[in-house]
Amino acid sequence: MIGRTYAVSLLGLEGAIVEIEADLSNNLPGFVLIGLPDTALGEAKDRVRAAATNSGCGLPNRKITVNLSPAALPKHGSGFDLGIAVAALAASGTISAESIDRVLHIGELGLDGRLRPVNGVLPAVLAASRAGFTTVMVPSGNADEASLVPDMRVIAVPSLRDAAIWHGGEFETEPVEVITRPAPEAAPDTGGDLADMIGSSDAIDAMLVAAAGGHHVFLLGPPGAGKTMLAARLPGLLPDLDPQAALEVSSIRSLAGLPVGSSLTTRPPLEAPHHTATAAALVGGGSSQIRPGAAARASDGVLFLDEAPEFAPAALDALRQPLESGVISIHRANAIAHFPGRFQLVMAANPCPCGQWGARDSECTCPPNSRRRYLARLSGPLLDRIDIQFRVERITSAQLRLAGERPSLSTADARARVTAARQRAAARLETTPWRLNSHVPGSYLRGRELRLAPKVTAGLDRALERGGITMRGYDRVLRVAWSLADLADDSRPDDTHVGQALYLRKAMSQ
Amino acid sequence: MAAKDELGAHGETLAADHLIRSGLEILDRNWRCSQGELDIVARERDELVFVEVKTRSSVLFGHPFESITATKLARLRRLAAAWCDDHPGSGSSVRIDAVAVIVPSRGTVEIEHLKCIS
Repeated sequence: MIGRTYAVSLLGLEGAIVEIEADLSNNLPGFVLIGLPDTALGEAKDRVRAAATNSGCGLPNRKITVNLSPAALPKHGSGFDLGIAVAALAASGTISAESIDRVLHIGELGLDGRLRPVNGVLPAVLAASRAGFTTVMVPSGNADEASLVPDMRVIAVPSLRDAAIWHGGEFETEPVEVITRPAPEAAPDTGGDLADMIGSSDAIDAMLVAAAGGHHVFLLGPPGAGKTMLAARLPGLLPDLDPQAALEVSSIRSLAGLPVGSSLTTRPPLEAPHHTATAAALVGGGSSQIRPGAAARASDGVLFLDEAPEFAPAALDALRQPLESGVISIHRANAIAHFPGRFQLVMAANPCPCGQWGARDSECTCPPNSRRRYLARLSGPLLDRIDIQFRVERITSAQLRLAGERPSLSTADARARVTAARQRAAARLETTPWRLNSHVPGSYLRGRELRLAPKVTAGLDRALERGGITMRGYDRVLRVAWSLADLADDSRPDDTHVGQALYLRKAMSQ
Repeated sequence: MAAKDELGAHGETLAADHLIRSGLEILDRNWRCSQGELDIVARERDELVFVEVKTRSSVLFGHPFESITATKLARLRRLAAAWCDDHPGSGSSVRIDAVAVIVPSRGTVEIEHLKCIS
């Protein structure tokens, strides 16, 4: 007799349905697991036999052969335990083979037969839903995460015994202590309010433009100019995530082993990896199981690289592909994993190793050569993809005194302006595949519909003629100008918007 | 005779009775040679059946079948070949079976018969 059920093998965010078949043959006791399991999965046979015995529904003393199919697909992790156990129990006739055939099983078994929560349940259940499954069985500890998937019947069981009872096994229920994950701590709002920023109204405007158009930002300035404060406030300016993005952000969190909780994340994430991060930590990696990196966790949110020149050049350049395509692809000999990579990049840097160059109030002590080398660590192709590059200055005592008198913009008001600007852009781009100004290619902006009058672009044309900017830079200025117009609620950018956009581009060349 | 040997001998008798009831003809019991001992040699139609009997008083230290390891199975195959050499013309087809006998101190005896285990 053969027991058959299903589980999910995750590769990146995509899940493949794996069929688990168990066969019981009249032979000396043994447990054979075939179909390309990795080490953690190969150990499943010992966990399953012990768990079955200790939960009072022991496996027969015969040879059990479990096949995971498609056999060529590499499988990893311990999430197959429950599926293997119920398939083996069904093969031995303890539980109904028909019942398990309709259900997809996810869960790791403890030796005592209790089910442990596993990582990546949300993307796995989503994959099951896409493959047409309507019922999944998950450990109780993963129940709230699995129920985030719409139109899916979730059966949460605390132990293998309860799973067997649900599938028609004739056992008495035995209460067990449920294994849960630590509850997600209430998300502390680390961003702080925009109103805390004093005196840097230029910089705040630049962040608004960045948020409105989804533009990548490069902040250059001496220590203490508020670069980190600005960057930390950017996620607060972004509008709430739409349901699709929320599902994706929560899926990545689930895959990375971060707590997901019982509701979808609706706020854009902020990831700020330390500058010692490797390329694998940034974009993701791993040999057998490919894990998401900081850039994938920041998808639909903000990836903040403080002290950007201190990052390894290889790590920074690994971001070029996702910046271009919005997708992170990690290639290995046996598989390719894809993660979403639509993050908004914010990089901050000091202008030189001592940090004081160009500051109004102090002297730089660096030799010119080391100053030049410092920023040259950021490769040209990377900076080329960043629309907004501007300088932030330390505030002066005069600005500090003025700060109390002028009302400052709060995060909530700023977010409302950004949301309105994004709606305006989305309405204009409705017939195109793009939604944000930063995604629009230059050829479209210079095309018939959106071309600006020569009078408006006069300053920009002059900069191009003089060699001050390249053609690619020209397109970037146009994009930022459109975002400025959206923020100002104007139907088209005028010459002041183009002028401002040019200013937001030129910080580096000063 | 030690208690465990006594249990083993008792188990083998029970196993032989079980095999006779299932229609096997017992040819030989406790056949010895330099390499070891065959518990039961039987015949089922044209097939020679070499039976390894394992007896336990409980499953506390594992099921009897679990103590039949790959090494033991290999020795059974060598013994089967030796028996055939010793009894020429006794048949063409052979197989190795295992019988587990669980003799608890109270309650009923359990006998399990696995066919063709190699």
